[in-house]
Amino acid sequence: MIPATICVVLVCIGFLFFIGGAAGIIRFPDFYTRMHAAGKGDTMSVFLILMGLATYQLADFSLANILVAGKILFITIFIMWASPTSTHALIKAGFEEGQKLWTPDVEKEDSGE
Amino acid sequence: MYRLCIFLLLFGIWIIFSGQFDGFHITLGILSTAFITAISSNFFFENRSHGVANRLHQIIRIPWYLVWMLYQIWLSNIHILRLALSPIGMPEVEPKLVRIKTNLKTDFGRWMLANSITLTPGTITIDIKDDELLIHSISNLTTEGVEGDDMERKIAAIFERETTN
Amino acid sequence: MEKFFIFTGIAIFALMFPIVWRIIVGPTAIDRIVAVNVIGTKTTVLLVLIGMIYGRVEMFVDFALTYALLNFIGSLAVARYFDRVNPNKNFANSEAKEQES
Repeated sequence: MIPATICVVLVCIGFLFFIGGAAGIIRFPDFYTRMHAAGKGDTMSVFLILMGLATYQLADFSLANILVAGKILFITIFIMWASPTSTHALIKAGFEEGQKLWTPDVEKEDSGE
Repeated sequence: MYRLCIFLLLFGIWIIFSGQFDGFHITLGILSTAFITAISSNFFFENRSHGVANRLHQIIRIPWYLVWMLYQIWLSNIHILRLALSPIGMPEVEPKLVRIKTNLKTDFGRWMLANSITLTPGTITIDIKDDELLIHSISNLTTEGVEGDDMERKIAAIFERETTN
Repeated sequence: MEKFFIFTGIAIFALMFPIVWRIIVGPTAIDRIVAVNVIGTKTTVLLVLIGMIYGRVEMFVDFALTYALLNFIGSLAVARYFDRVNPNKNFANSEAKEQES
């Protein structure tokens, strides 16, 4: 019962962050800020949801379940390691392509400076 | 010594992924792991001059650093969530390009710093050139966070201990 | 518990639609790539959830892992492509950086 409760709580919090990421992707004004919402709102929510599922999986304790939980943990580690890398690669590609930087003020900063 | 560590690490990954414990699979795992260790073991640790005590110190400190990182990610994720759901016009969103200088010497330390900055939502490392990092930050709060050298000191305490000693 | 998983899966699937909107509207190509990347991350979670629903997690976890790998490699490849496809801007930018340092 306790693992199921932990699972539900973690999945719900993770889903909240997913909603935040999706809202950010739609609403943020320029490429760089959208990148923030896309790259990292997801990292945390994937971490939380997969941890919740691994907890539920470990509820009945057996060797096969431990292996599955280990694989889920490995997916989490992989995403947390790969997400900064791909975010950095994409934002650098956008930066070198010369995307404009959005500022709330009237004067526009050049993205190269 | 290092080769043995890499071998055990890779073999653990093999065990997790294969999930079968009969003789055939274990033998296959040992053979392939040994092959990969033989051809590519010099990829993994850049500087092999550390003593055992130093490595042990690192191994103990890394989980603490990760827990601290998770807490930071959690805090700034809530910040991003609030920004994303803020009212029309987004008064708090003030994107900025920040340049910071780092005192970290090794490539691995710099990689760790850049990765940590990127992993913390609200700041992304765009470029790194020698000891200067170009960072895009989304609001004033995250800008202040990245200009403080909290994270850098923690990384230096773990990975570049021999330079301070 | 199974109902909860099914409901979560449907909700995550529904969250993909706003991002598809970003793919359709997105002003530049990189915006679209980022959106595709986000959908890929969501699909990884969705695959594990599907495994939970069908009771075959040990199989679907492998799919999810492969999907995460492909997603990562795909986004890196696209990033490299965008570095190459704009030789002039890339060159000008790096020159400016060299002058300023």
